[in-house]
Amino acid sequence: MSVLVTVARLALRSLWNRRLTAGLTVLAIALSAAMLLGVEKVRRDARQAFADTISGTDLIVGARGGAVQLLLYSVFRIGNATNNISWETYRELAAHRSVAWTVPLSLGDSHRGYRVLGTNTEYFARYKYAGDRPLTLAAGKPFDDVFDAVLGAEVARRLGYALGDPIVVTHGAGEAGLRNHDDKPFRVSGILAPTGTPVDRTVHVSLEGIEAMHIDWKGGAPIPGRRTDAEAARKMDLEPRTITAFLVGLDSKLALFRLQRTISTYRAEPLQAIIPGVALQELWDLMGVAENALRVISVMVAVTGLLGMAAVILASLESRRREMAVLRSVGARPAHVFGLLMSESATLGLAGVATGLGLLHALVLAARPVVSRLFGLHLPLAPPTTLDLALLGAVVLAALAAGALPAWRAYRMSLADGLSPRV
Amino acid sequence: MGTNATARAPSGEAAARLVDSPSAAPEVAVEDLRFAWRRGAPDVLVIDRFTVRRGERVFLAGPSGSGKSTLLGLLGGVLVPRAGAVRIHGVELSALPGARRDRFRADHIGFVFQMFNLVPYLSMGDNVTLPCAFSARRRDRATARSGSVRDDAARLLDHLELDRATLAARPVTELSIGQQQRVAVARALIGSPEVLIADEPTSALDAGTRERFLDLLFTECTATGTTVIFVSHEAALGTAFDRVVALAELQSPSGPR
Repeated sequence: MSVLVTVARLALRSLWNRRLTAGLTVLAIALSAAMLLGVEKVRRDARQAFADTISGTDLIVGARGGAVQLLLYSVFRIGNATNNISWETYRELAAHRSVAWTVPLSLGDSHRGYRVLGTNTEYFARYKYAGDRPLTLAAGKPFDDVFDAVLGAEVARRLGYALGDPIVVTHGAGEAGLRNHDDKPFRVSGILAPTGTPVDRTVHVSLEGIEAMHIDWKGGAPIPGRRTDAEAARKMDLEPRTITAFLVGLDSKLALFRLQRTISTYRAEPLQAIIPGVALQELWDLMGVAENALRVISVMVAVTGLLGMAAVILASLESRRREMAVLRSVGARPAHVFGLLMSESATLGLAGVATGLGLLHALVLAARPVVSRLFGLHLPLAPPTTLDLALLGAVVLAALAAGALPAWRAYRMSLADGLSPRV
Repeated sequence: MGTNATARAPSGEAAARLVDSPSAAPEVAVEDLRFAWRRGAPDVLVIDRFTVRRGERVFLAGPSGSGKSTLLGLLGGVLVPRAGAVRIHGVELSALPGARRDRFRADHIGFVFQMFNLVPYLSMGDNVTLPCAFSARRRDRATARSGSVRDDAARLLDHLELDRATLAARPVTELSIGQQQRVAVARALIGSPEVLIADEPTSALDAGTRERFLDLLFTECTATGTTVIFVSHEAALGTAFDRVVALAELQSPSGPR
């Protein structure tokens, strides 16, 4: 049993004796550690989730505008398109010799807060996520009737839909105050298995269904007095006039940039073709500023927590002068007194970091359903990464650095006081 | 050199005593001591000669502010004289480097202060055994005596009439002052250090408790042959000691008045 063990034990007992202040200090460090790790985790998981949302698609084509905007509305169902693509243009480009497949996307309607996506059955065959995983149906089948709808897993679960249930689509994307397409209800024909992507929060219908809904509409509002019922609509020509965007798969990646250039210089209308990975990178660059701001804030919070710890220990020193003198009288060196105070800081730092890690895990568990619902992001409960451990190590080191101040003061004090503190 | 040589040889303990404590040398010796708080400042303590024999009990009398604490700091090795020497148990304490002085204090000197002697977050037993964490010598001696450090603490607490059964569970801060002072004595004596230095240990006690405290202290110190330096401003207590020394008398005429 070395003196070091004794000093460490003294530190633990001393902290236990002041467990309320020690506990609050640990909590402060824990919160800052959790924040530090949380910011890192959200950043990492968000990137992973975004990157996992689409794969296997070589190009996304939409009306000319921002690449990030196109990526967001076509894949993540965030925001809206400023312009559409004509059906003729789509047909022409889809027939381009380097194009292997296309999936048309038509957006703009919603169902109880969930976006409605008009597409064709190619979507279910071609859309891939999280490293080439295909969409699978948990129940039913893809749409084959004009008024069939295939629900994302979350839509079905949260709204309690089963196969065969009728659903009414709302014009525009919003919760209330918008016009319903209640004259042409859809019927649930299939429900997709969960993917952890925005697909889960999407109602899929056929392009013809989208067209049918809007037969009596013009400029975003129904034309007064005109009501074509669903049966009559079925018999009409439902070839879409416009779509919002389309996904492109190529036979050979070699053709990627050439096709991209062809599309962006397309004469008939202003288009853009984006490579999903490149647009994602652009998105990260945009978010980098916010990420860095969050990081700076979380570092500040950590520093505040540790300064609080140093202040608490420092404030307790005056009342502990007698204790230090007693320790010196039984043979403790000033260095041992220094070690005692450092051990206390180290203990607080370690306990704080451990509590913080636990806190973050608890938080992730609690926040998972909410984050999944609001952002469609799946937060995995993973063991700490090397970076996490490095961050936690840095917090402990910083705790030691902050603890060195009171420890040094106690050292000076016990050297000056000797056996008779000036209390 | 006969068949019963073993029987005639001194016991290990006695042999050790003979070796490390020649009877001629005093247990505590202060010679030509000059102490000033800072270099160049006037000397606050000037003692040409002060010795205490082994096993002697000396009452050091002096009002507060007479330099008692300074002298105790010098004897305990937390202060170093500007000139002169402090020798304890044959070792010139004042010549040792700081860490060695701390070790020496842990090994050879037990302290009892006026009050707040105990580490508030340690139990009664842990307070008593504390010196054994800093001194292997005292740990070994306590173990040799009672089998373990814990048992030796228990023995001392019993001798000092502290009822372990009822007191051990309580925080030491809830003990009466008299009880706290006796725990402090047990701590000062565990592992049998050669010298006990008590700084006004009774001034917070009432008259009855004070006498009993002194009785118990003396009984324990006699049993181990501990040298006692007892500092107090209460001159009346001096009658119980082998010798009474006024700090004012120790201070040489050349020193501060």
